[in-house]
Amino acid sequence: MNALAAIGEALVLIGTFFYFLSALGLIRMPDVYNRMQTSTKSATLGSLGVMVGVGIWALGTDFGSAAWLTKTVVIAVFLLLTNPISAHALIRAAYKSGIPLWEGSVVDKYREHIEAKAKAPEETPKEGGEE
Amino acid sequence: MIGINIYLALIAIATLLSVYRVFRGPTTVDRLVAVDIMTTITAGLMVLFALYYKRMIFLDVALVYAILAFGGVIAFARYMEGGL
Repeated sequence: MNALAAIGEALVLIGTFFYFLSALGLIRMPDVYNRMQTSTKSATLGSLGVMVGVGIWALGTDFGSAAWLTKTVVIAVFLLLTNPISAHALIRAAYKSGIPLWEGSVVDKYREHIEAKAKAPEETPKEGGEE
Repeated sequence: MIGINIYLALIAIATLLSVYRVFRGPTTVDRLVAVDIMTTITAGLMVLFALYYKRMIFLDVALVYAILAFGGVIAFARYMEGGL
C-alpha cells in the first residue's frame, strides 16, 4: 500500500462516518426542519469525502488512472451543487404545506418576511389599472 | 481493500436508520427527507463498488443515478408545494 491509497482510504473512512452521522441526525432530531438541516449538511460532506477518496485511492492501485479522479470529482461537484437545492425545495414544500415548527423553536424569519411582504402592497397604489 | 468491510457496515447502518425514518415519519416530507438522504448514500455506495469490482463504468451509473434522484426530489417537492 502506497501513500495515495492510504490518503484515499482515510478520506473514505471520514466520508462513511459522516454518512452515519447524517442518518443519526435523521433519527435524533425532533422536527422536519432540524432533521433536514443536520442530515443534508453531513450527507454532502460525506459524499465529498467518499467520492474524492475513491478517486485518490484508485490512483494508488495498479488498475487506476487519472480518469477515475476526474469522474469522481465531477460526481462530487454535482452533488455539492444539487444537495442544497433539493433541501431548499423540500423545506419550502414543508413550510407551504403547513407543517408546524417544533415547540422549542423561537425564530421564524420566513413568516416575518411573508407578513412584511403581504403588508407592503396595500400601502403602495397599484399602477397600470385599466378601466 | 482491508477496511472495506468497515465502510460497508457504516453505510448499512446509515441506510437502516433512514429506512426506519421512512416507515416511522409522521409527515410526508419526513419520508421525502429520508429518501433524499438514502439516494445520496446509494450514490456513494455505487462509487465504492466501482473501486471494489475494478469497473469504471459504475461511476457513470452513479452520476446518472444522482441526476435522476435530484429530478425526482424536485418534482415531489413541487407537488407537495402545490405547484405541479
